[in-house]
Amino acid sequence: MDNAQLLISGLANGCVYGLIALGFVLIYKATEAVNFAQGDFMMLGAFVTIGLTNTEYMGLPFWLALPLSLGIMGALGYLLDRLIIRRLFGESQTAVVILTIALGFVIRFAAGLIWGHEPQTLQNPLAGREVRFGGLVLGMEDVAVIVVTILLTWGLYVFFNRTKLGLGMQGASQNQLAAYYMGVPVKRVQGFIWALAGVVAGIAGILFAAKGAVDPTTGLLGIKAFAAAVIGGFGSLPGALTGGLIVGVIEPFASRYIAAGYSQIAPYALLLAVLIFRPNGLFSQVRVKKV
Amino acid sequence: MRIVFKTGYMQDIHPWKDRYQLVLYLILLTVVAAAPWWLDEFYLGELTNVLIWAIAGLGLMILTGHTGQVSLGHAAFLAFGCYANVALIEAGVPFLLAFPLAGILTGIAGVTVAIPALRLHGIYLAIFTMALSILMDDIIVLSEPITGGVAGKYVGGVEIFGYLVDRWGTPDQFFWLVLTVAVLVTLGYINLLRAPLGRSFIAVRDSEVSAQAMGIDIARTKMISFALSCAVTGWAGALMGLFAGAFNNETFSVLISIQLLMMIVIGGLGSIHGAFLGAIVIGFLPQFLSISKEYAGALFGGNTVAIPGLEFGIFGMILIAFILFEPMGIYGRWLKIRTWFELFPFYRKDMFKRQKSYLKTERLR
Repeated sequence: MDNAQLLISGLANGCVYGLIALGFVLIYKATEAVNFAQGDFMMLGAFVTIGLTNTEYMGLPFWLALPLSLGIMGALGYLLDRLIIRRLFGESQTAVVILTIALGFVIRFAAGLIWGHEPQTLQNPLAGREVRFGGLVLGMEDVAVIVVTILLTWGLYVFFNRTKLGLGMQGASQNQLAAYYMGVPVKRVQGFIWALAGVVAGIAGILFAAKGAVDPTTGLLGIKAFAAAVIGGFGSLPGALTGGLIVGVIEPFASRYIAAGYSQIAPYALLLAVLIFRPNGLFSQVRVKKV
Repeated sequence: MRIVFKTGYMQDIHPWKDRYQLVLYLILLTVVAAAPWWLDEFYLGELTNVLIWAIAGLGLMILTGHTGQVSLGHAAFLAFGCYANVALIEAGVPFLLAFPLAGILTGIAGVTVAIPALRLHGIYLAIFTMALSILMDDIIVLSEPITGGVAGKYVGGVEIFGYLVDRWGTPDQFFWLVLTVAVLVTLGYINLLRAPLGRSFIAVRDSEVSAQAMGIDIARTKMISFALSCAVTGWAGALMGLFAGAFNNETFSVLISIQLLMMIVIGGLGSIHGAFLGAIVIGFLPQFLSISKEYAGALFGGNTVAIPGLEFGIFGMILIAFILFEPMGIYGRWLKIRTWFELFPFYRKDMFKRQKSYLKTERLR
């Protein structure tokens, strides 16, 4: 029973990692850039929602604040692409990597200025309720996290593999010039995907803030989400979710069954192992180029 | 503009353009070497710090600037060099032997890391090295008998030719020690760039495919690049340890890795000047901020409270501005200004414009 409880709470944690990883993968899939600030985006999403909902700030009703903050996050993502990332069009990936790391610093600084450095939780209607299966106890927030993550992953997977826009995005990522010739509006696609990544980060942030406290350094969680994305194979949406779940489950089990000092290195050790033995991740996309 | 007429093939790879340039650098070196006489103790310490950062930057520059392998984990090698140096000194090895050995050991560690890393490209390598840097923190804690774990280590002065060299006791001597290492590393770097090895580094950076076509063994080149880069970084780490005096697992966190990479980007990727210019920015930014804060406080009425994260926030903004407006870094800007003066009426705006390129995936090769 104990193990099952660990597993369930690990899965719920893993879903948050999976959601951040989903943001990485979205951007990587469509623009071949990696947004190192995705974790900080999540933190920002959490704080925007807290700022709208919590009584000491604006105190809006939760179900009104929810779409509002997702809209804000989407707009931020779009603006980021429009104002900054788009200027790097055609430059090396390294430039984007360093830029997004710097952006993470700036976001952390700004969030600290606006909302302070104290940990805060989101006041949400799900707080305090729990579900019981047999002897297992699961908070309502955890259930929400799991359900939302699965739905979102499924939705995005269908979007990328079935719809015209999704396929166009994949094309744009593989060869920008060729995709442009084939009539894919590469720049618009890129703007859209950054907005989408902003929304996903917002969802992750809201779910995370509902589960526990956030402070400006929460964004560093993004590093663990990296591990998740790499383990799953950067560029595969179900892979990101699986990677997140693996990292999420490994953590509680490692801290329970391995000696104290060694437990926290488990996710990174796994990441290194995956990179060494399967450099493209467990769900790697090594198949024939379509474009 | 001074035009150098080349009359022999060797002039193409001469370390300096002409005697005039060499004299300029020698004057600069003399002025810097005389720093203990014209700087007070505090700023001498700062200058030493800048030089140590510059050595670390040179180390990373070999790998990132000249071989094109992005590393987000060089703090791990800084830590390795630092602890190796201290461990050797504690084992009774004299400093003059322990110090080079620390660098060589770090180089060997770098090769060990490079073997699995060779299969990784671009972003995966960055993440791999980042994970390494995070792991190093825990490895230091776990190998407590050597590293002192969370409590950390303390290192006093070291003895060179009977002189005690100590950061606090004899800052002048310590400064000269650091300067000597910096000059030696820089000279080695200049010569590396002239040698076939350095040229093959640049070839690998610019295009792996064409480098291979020209008969360069890519895996070997990357491995040597890793080894050299890590060795230099190890020396920087050893000096950093001596400079700090006391250090523990948090001294060389992943933030230092990121800071190091950002430093060489601000300075200018792929140039030796860039490492030094970036180090100056990193070294003096905190001082500059605190001075300007005081100034602003005096101007707007005594509000000099510390804002947490301000330094990194400003740092991030500077970096974003550089990547957007001056991808070649401070050194690139300096080149442009100099070219403008040299070519005065004939300078054109688009002279340094990058060629437009389109992205093709690296994912499915």
